[in-house]
Parts: sequence; structure tokens; C-alpha cells
Amino acid sequence: MNSIIEIKDLNLYYGEFQALRNISLEIPEKAITAFIGPSGCGKSTLLRTLNRMNDMIPGTRVEGTVSIAGRSIYSNDVDVETLRKRVGMVFQQANPFPKSIYDNVAYGPRLHGITDRKRLDEIVEKSLRSAVLWHEVKDHLKRSALSMSGGQQQRLCIARALAVEPDILLMDESTSALDPISTLKIEELVQELKNRYTIVMVTHNMHQAARVSQQTVFFLGGEVVEYSETKQLFSNPTDKRTEDYISGRFG
Amino acid sequence: MAQSFERQKAKPHVTEEWVGRVYTLLCIFLLVATIFSMVYFVASRGLTTFFGDGVNVLELLTGIKWNPEGEPAVFGALPFIFGSFSTSILAALISAPLGFCAAVFMVEIAPRFGRKYLQPVIELLAGIPSVVYGFVGLSVIVPLFRDIFPGQGLGIAAGALVLSIMILPTITTIATDALAGLPSGLKEGSYALGSTRWQTISRIVLPTTLPALLTGIVLGIARAFGEALAVQMVIGNAPHIPRSLFESTSTLTSAITLSMGNTAMGSVHNNALWSLALILMLMTFIFVFIVRWLEGRSKI
Repeated sequence: MNSIIEIKDLNLYYGEFQALRNISLEIPEKAITAFIGPSGCGKSTLLRTLNRMNDMIPGTRVEGTVSIAGRSIYSNDVDVETLRKRVGMVFQQANPFPKSIYDNVAYGPRLHGITDRKRLDEIVEKSLRSAVLWHEVKDHLKRSALSMSGGQQQRLCIARALAVEPDILLMDESTSALDPISTLKIEELVQELKNRYTIVMVTHNMHQAARVSQQTVFFLGGEVVEYSETKQLFSNPTDKRTEDYISGRFG
Repeated sequence: MAQSFERQKAKPHVTEEWVGRVYTLLCIFLLVATIFSMVYFVASRGLTTFFGDGVNVLELLTGIKWNPEGEPAVFGALPFIFGSFSTSILAALISAPLGFCAAVFMVEIAPRFGRKYLQPVIELLAGIPSVVYGFVGLSVIVPLFRDIFPGQGLGIAAGALVLSIMILPTITTIATDALAGLPSGLKEGSYALGSTRWQTISRIVLPTTLPALLTGIVLGIARAFGEALAVQMVIGNAPHIPRSLFESTSTLTSAITLSMGNTAMGSVHNNALWSLALILMLMTFIFVFIVRWLEGRSKI
């Protein structure tokens, strides 16, 4: 498998605090990679370096290289907006805009200059279908997104991210605020999406990582402890700390 | 034994509750009574003009001639109403963009600098006495307008400019609170789709906070509408509708403060001034209702 994201000797500091230590990883294309680990282990921080969302936190310093499709995303000539268009993100809390369902999905394409109504209609329908939401909402696209249920809102956020046609989709504990049925729906959805997108998901839920991902990375204290195929990591971890974590002995 | 012990413990507690309840009720009652008696007083005086002294309501609201001491006395308050509305709305038009931009700067662009230096400065503006604003207006703005534009420099333009600075803190503070209160997830969601800062501000931040921003404007207009002293110093106080922004005119408040001391309680002129006060008060109520309505429309 080709790797699309290559991280080399990455160190990240929030002011004095070092959140990531010497991370080197290669994440394969069109597959699901899960980041697991206890709170504060740096897994979300690493996820947020991939679309440079950490830039917004004052005092953040990044050393080392992160390349996506062969291009270093922290070099000076990189346009952050273009990067984020290619690397979509779904957050822990569903964060639909206080607009209609249609306008939520069309938000991204409009940002990037698409104004043709027919074209937008197509994109909205396609994205909502990809997020398996189309049949639930097709008759009330003008309704406020805030009137939807939590699970629907999160799928709308996925649709919104897909609407700008990213290559990579980052999911930051995107099901942790949802009920089990909504969680299952999103897991099924993610399985469908992996044929077309590279998905990197942070999860607190080890069962989820075991169920949906192909590769799993285990983080501890800002370091990568173990990175291998999901089956391998959960059935036969090589590191003692991984074993302790997945068997529930800490964290 | 245990029973009597419990009862003794319970007693002072009940008294406390009762005293607290009566005390707060009294305060509420006092407040409500004050407000109602004020409304009653202003309304009874103001309405006497129409029902006791026989002045036509429509004439007062639409008449353009104000000559309360003439023979016959004429009470046309439209110039004052026009003056009040034009100065306060113009002031809001000047102040709103400035206030929004200041708020955007303080919250989105330079939060540290904004919070540390800009916010205290703007709050300081709110504490300056209105006579100081009026005096600065009279000695700086009026002469400036007199030199640049035809006329005496006194008038709606000078009044609106002075008022716009006076209401700037109101608009800015409310806008700042609204922007700062926006859930950070919304902005992140927008940035994560590849939006620039400006796109996020114009497409997410401003539309979402619009009801709150409008609330700030309405409160600003309400404040400008009720401001008397500073306006009176720069508006010229001529009781007619001006033909330009630089021509002397009056507002409801300036008309009341100028004449109230010179009229005898109970005279028609005095009652007519109370009618102006009644109009002011009703307008304030309307502003409050608009604010309530806007708050109800808040999206978040």
C-alpha cells in the first residue's frame, strides 16, 4: 500500500510543553488508521497537525516534517486553505453551522468559488448520499441543521467535509458524543468511505478501533509506542505498555 | 428528645427563608411601584395636554410649528421627533461599523492586545460625563463643521457625531460579548473546510451573531435617543425641521431640558413638555421590545 502521509521526526510544543516527541509514521492511502491512547497522549494533537489546525493555538511550535502526497505541509509556500480543502476534518462535537442543511453542505464548495446553483445541487446531493443522510433529509433541505438529531448532525458534518472533495478525512473522536446506534451508523459509513478516502481517526473507544481500522497507532506521553496492523496490535501486541492499555490495566 | 431537637433546629431556618422572601419581595415591589408611578405620572401629565387642554394629538405629532407662548399657542412637535430620530439613527449608522470592527479586532484578530488595552479604553469612553462630550463637540466639532460646511456648524451632523462616540461603548461591548460567546466549534468547522479568516468572519461569525449585534445597535439608538445634555449643546435648539445636516434644530430631550425650568407646573406649555416626555418614554419601551424580539431570534 502507498503511504499518503509521511511524518518524520516530528516534535510539537505548546509553549514550554512538549506534546509530541519524535514521531515518525507513514499512513497508507485509502485505508482507516486509528490513533488510540489515554487522554493527553498527543493523538488529537497529531491529528490536528495533519491539517494544521494547531496553527490557531498561540505558542505552538512544530519541528520535523509532515508530508502529504510528497509535499511538506509546513513549508512556507504551502497555502493552508488549500491544504485544509484536501484534508477534511470532523470534530468530536458535531458543529453544524446555524444555517439550513443545504447551506451547511454547500458552505465549503461556495468558499472555494462554486456559485452555480445546479452544480451546488449536485454536490449537496452527492455528499449527503455519501454520508448516508440523503434519504432522511432530501425533503427538507431548507430546514435548520440545528433541528437534526445529534447523530444526523455528525453525519451532516461528514457530508459537509466530503463536499469539498478531500483526499483525507480526519475524525477527532467523532462518535464519542453519540449514542450506540448513531455510532454504529457512522462506523458503517466510515467503512464505505475508506474505498475512496484516506481516513485517520482518533478514538477513545478501543473496540471501535478494533472494529473499523486497518492500522492502529498507540500513543503514550506524546510518543508512538506501537504501530502495526490492527489485528496484530490487538491480538498480539509487542510492547508491554500496549498490552496493558488494551487489556484495560490503565488509561 | 430527638424530636424536639429537630424542631428546634428547623425553626430558625424557616424564619430565615421567610425573612429572605419578604425582603426580596419588598425590593421587587418597590421597583415595580417606582416604575409604574413614573409611567403614571408622565402619562397623566402628558395626556392632560390632549384631554384637558384640548391640544390635538395628531397636531402635536405632525405639526411642524412649535410656539407654546404665542397667541394662539401652537404645539407641533414633529421637528423634535424628527431631530431625535435623525440624530440617533445617524449616530448608530456611524457607530455600528466602527463598533463591529473594533469587536472583530478585539476577539478575532488581536485578542490579547484587544482585551488588555482596547477594551478598558472603550469602557472608559462609557464613563465620561455627557457634559464633557458636549463641550468637546461644541469646541471642536462645531467650529470644524462651521469652517467646512455652510451654516453655523450646529445641527444634526454635530449632534450625531457626538452621540456616535457616546454610544460606541454600548455597541462595541455587546458586539464583543456576542463574538466571544460564539462556540469555537463553529469557527473551527469553517476553518477546517479551508476558509480564510475573513471568510469565516463574514460567513459564519457575523451572520450568527447578527441578532446580538442588532441588539447592540438598538440599545445604542435608545441611549442616543434619551441623551439630552450633550446633544443640546451642539444641536442649536431651533424648533424647526432643518434643510441640511448643518442647520440648527432640536430634539425631544433638548426641547424638554431647555424649557422645563421656565414653565409653570400645570400650564399648557408645561403639559406639552410632558407630552414630549411621554413620546420619549413610549419610544424607549418600543426599543426594549425590539431588543426582546431580537434576543428571541438568536440562533444559538
